[in-house]
Amino acid sequence: MTLSIGDHAPHLSLPDTGGTTHDLGEHGTPTVVIFTCNHCPYALAWHDRLMAVGRDYGDRARFFAVNPNDAQRYPGDSLEKMRERVAGEDWTMPYLRDESQDVARAYGAETTPDVFVVDPHGTVRYRGAPDADHSDPALDAAWLREALDAVLDGREPARAETRPVGCSVKWKAA
Amino acid sequence: MTRVEFLWWEGCPSHERALADLHAAMAREGLDPESVQTREIDTDRAAHAETFVGSPTIRIDGRDVQPPVDDAHVALTCRVYRLRDGRYSPTPDPDDVRDALRAARGAQSTQ
Repeated sequence: MTLSIGDHAPHLSLPDTGGTTHDLGEHGTPTVVIFTCNHCPYALAWHDRLMAVGRDYGDRARFFAVNPNDAQRYPGDSLEKMRERVAGEDWTMPYLRDESQDVARAYGAETTPDVFVVDPHGTVRYRGAPDADHSDPALDAAWLREALDAVLDGREPARAETRPVGCSVKWKAA
Repeated sequence: MTRVEFLWWEGCPSHERALADLHAAMAREGLDPESVQTREIDTDRAAHAETFVGSPTIRIDGRDVQPPVDDAHVALTCRVYRLRDGRYSPTPDPDDVRDALRAARGAQSTQ
């Protein structure tokens, strides 16, 4: 399943690295869901830009980073390794573990990173990459910021969908 | 003759850019870009056989352009590189590739 722009975001809950459960479907404020991980160079290259967006918009929107990868085959994405990163880095949003991969499946996440912006009514308004180039920090996650600005203004983002770029989500064997 | 190997996995989108960068670096160093030995790594078994720690992997005369840490995980995955300015990247720093090519040619000229 893949969410399309205009679809209602699924109502799902996930635990963060400290064990606190967060409800991704609790609406009323804009929500940003970022599928990401520890081992992907694209996710790492965009990480600081995404944390900066969380810092800049954190008083007006909710942010969740979600790691859905199969940690058995990719041990760098284990909950323990996630905790190590949160403890050692400046995270501006909770880092959630999608052990069952149900949330990634419900959103139709394809890559890490893959970014979704949901409006206060629970409608998906943006999906895609943070900006046009993982290798250019000056782009500053501009596509995500544009989408958030629009949603906060009650407008539809001019650029509602871009191609997610990154490592494929590491699905568990069926 | 300098032996340049390029190992890649289809699941990581960085290989096309990395190969183009490698071709350009070889041309600048006077090497034939067409001589690159490219090998697709598409199974876990092949990854273990090649000690493949991610795509892309570039070896020059058998030596990795940015040798992985000892506990690097062998897998079908994207490889994490560090650029010289400290940033993370899915492709190696072009200066690392250039230096590795020059080092290999220098070693050959002293033999």
